[in-house]
Amino acid sequence: MNDLLYQLQYPTDPGLVLRKRNTIRKLLLKTGEKRVQKKIAILGGSTTHDIREILDLFLLYNGIEAEFYECEYNQYYEEVMFNNEELKSFRPDIVWFHTSYRNILHTPDTRDTREEVEEKYEAEVGRFRGMWEKCTEELGCTIIQNNFEYPFYRLLGNKDASDIHGLTNYIQHLNAAFYDYAQSHENFHIHDLNYVAADYGLPRWHDLSAWYLYKYCCRIEAIPCLAHSVARIIKSLYGKNKKGFVLDLDNTLWGGVVGDDGVQNLEIGSETAAAQAYQEFQQYLKAHQGLGVLLNINSKNDRENALAGLAHPEGVLRQEDFISIKANWNPKSRNMVEIAQELNLLPESLVFVDDNPAEREIVSTQVPHACVVPISCPENYIREIDRAGFFEVTSLSQDDLARTQMYKANAQRVQAAQSFGNYEDYLRSLDMHAEIKPFSAVYMARIAQLTNKSNQFNLTTKRYTQAEIEAAAADPNCITLYGKLTDKFGDNGVVSVMIGRQEKETLHIELFLMSCRVLKRGMEQAMMDEMVRHAMERGITRIWGYYYRTAKNGMVAELYRDFGFTLAETRGDDTVWVRDTENYKNLQSIITIEH
Amino acid sequence: MNRDEIYAKLTEIFKENLDLEEIELTDTTTADDVEGWDSLAHISLIAAIEQEFGFRFAMKEVVNLHNVGEMVDLILQKIG
Repeated sequence: MNDLLYQLQYPTDPGLVLRKRNTIRKLLLKTGEKRVQKKIAILGGSTTHDIREILDLFLLYNGIEAEFYECEYNQYYEEVMFNNEELKSFRPDIVWFHTSYRNILHTPDTRDTREEVEEKYEAEVGRFRGMWEKCTEELGCTIIQNNFEYPFYRLLGNKDASDIHGLTNYIQHLNAAFYDYAQSHENFHIHDLNYVAADYGLPRWHDLSAWYLYKYCCRIEAIPCLAHSVARIIKSLYGKNKKGFVLDLDNTLWGGVVGDDGVQNLEIGSETAAAQAYQEFQQYLKAHQGLGVLLNINSKNDRENALAGLAHPEGVLRQEDFISIKANWNPKSRNMVEIAQELNLLPESLVFVDDNPAEREIVSTQVPHACVVPISCPENYIREIDRAGFFEVTSLSQDDLARTQMYKANAQRVQAAQSFGNYEDYLRSLDMHAEIKPFSAVYMARIAQLTNKSNQFNLTTKRYTQAEIEAAAADPNCITLYGKLTDKFGDNGVVSVMIGRQEKETLHIELFLMSCRVLKRGMEQAMMDEMVRHAMERGITRIWGYYYRTAKNGMVAELYRDFGFTLAETRGDDTVWVRDTENYKNLQSIITIEH
Repeated sequence: MNRDEIYAKLTEIFKENLDLEEIELTDTTTADDVEGWDSLAHISLIAAIEQEFGFRFAMKEVVNLHNVGEMVDLILQKIG
């Protein structure tokens, strides 16, 4: 990869990104990567032009090709409230309200009574709420809303924070109201402008000449930080987060070399400064398990030494916290690819963390699109990884919390499979039960998440927002199905999703995807059986299946053929398949189905 | 740094920011003479110049610039 493109992964040189934006954009477009297309409306309370140009780069870097709409300067409210046809016909997937504290209309005055301050507060919150509701109602899109950043001066000094007349106090209350709304509305996300500004440094952030001259709410050089922060949310929404860590051990998870120094001499715990840094780093990594991030080891070590290091009494991470542990003397690039294969993930969805620049070099040159973090020294590890936003959270589902468990159960299944001579015997031994039903309210978030995350077993790679998933569920012409699979090793959660659209007596399968972790278990056949059963109940006689080729879904190119469909048409790389429902015989009988 | 050196650097900045293959800047060049040099491009040009030469313009200096020659004079004065 060209070095300039690395500027789009933290740490960014903002001046370089701003100046070289045209070159960077051309480089990004030249990679030929297939990207998802999204429409983003930036509705600003201040100038947005350069922000849009830089946001575009971060999105392209993360596999999203955006078409943008920008409102007229400071018309964010009017464009939503007063029937703007241009905005409506743009049909945005996302509206980002880029507002700042400069856009607060009702601010407290020191002479106000408590009631007057409260009235202003209600008016301000009501104005925003009304705008969001109207936006949801008319555009049905995802909303990203900035919170308010701290202002550049404080009339009351320190008391500005605690007194109801202080602007900082008022801003904190407004932000709290925004967060309440976020907690009760799933397609609404807060962009934490306040953190971005504080992190950048308020005196540098608030460049008043940029405000007076150009009406930018921040310093020009801060725009890459701002754009990166918003891009994190957007790429997370469209399933572009990374999925796991691949970690080195010596001088990455602890100080010292376990094979040379011995376990007792490793630096981890509370004894020395370095030991504390490594311990907090391990805590930071362990906390990622709760987000569904998978932890793996890729270390040049004898396995027994590696495991001994992980059993260090002061250590936080333990052997059982990892899905795959590669402690051997193979090239790390090879280990990296093997880990990805074991997890049924693409190598580029794993973040490689290693203190040794030579190892990072091998992985980044040998593994295409590998994500490698240039860490420096242990006291900086957390910051260097955290700022990159690899695992930005936009929704926390129960599945995320249980993911490590599920992958570990999968590893056990692989072992169990090896002890059976016959694959079918093995499948029967798993005692599988599937719940395959029309979309129901509790799973909407997970279903939308799956449509945005699944790349390999995905016939059409159509991405849906939660609102669109809910709309499909409510549409009488749609047959929607989710599949949830349980076996003796555990609950895999919702792993497969299908949407068929009925046109009189024919059905078009618009979406068919499955998580690769349950591949070849009969689940894909079970889903098709159920879809056909529903179709026949509706009197449907013919089913059309569509395969749209992407860089990643080659594995299902022949799926419809395997399911007894006939190739009807080839359009470039894409294929259309058809079969009649008459004489359809169920494709699988091993999984017990609840419908 | 002399005027020629400043001109060389400015030419690079203009080419990069306005995405132009070639550009010839003279003392009398104004925004009207250069393709793409609109008020929005002007903002990133000013920011890039500040970064390149390591100073910041005062607001009234930005407002009072009328052509490239005045810009070069101002840069000379700021870094001098």
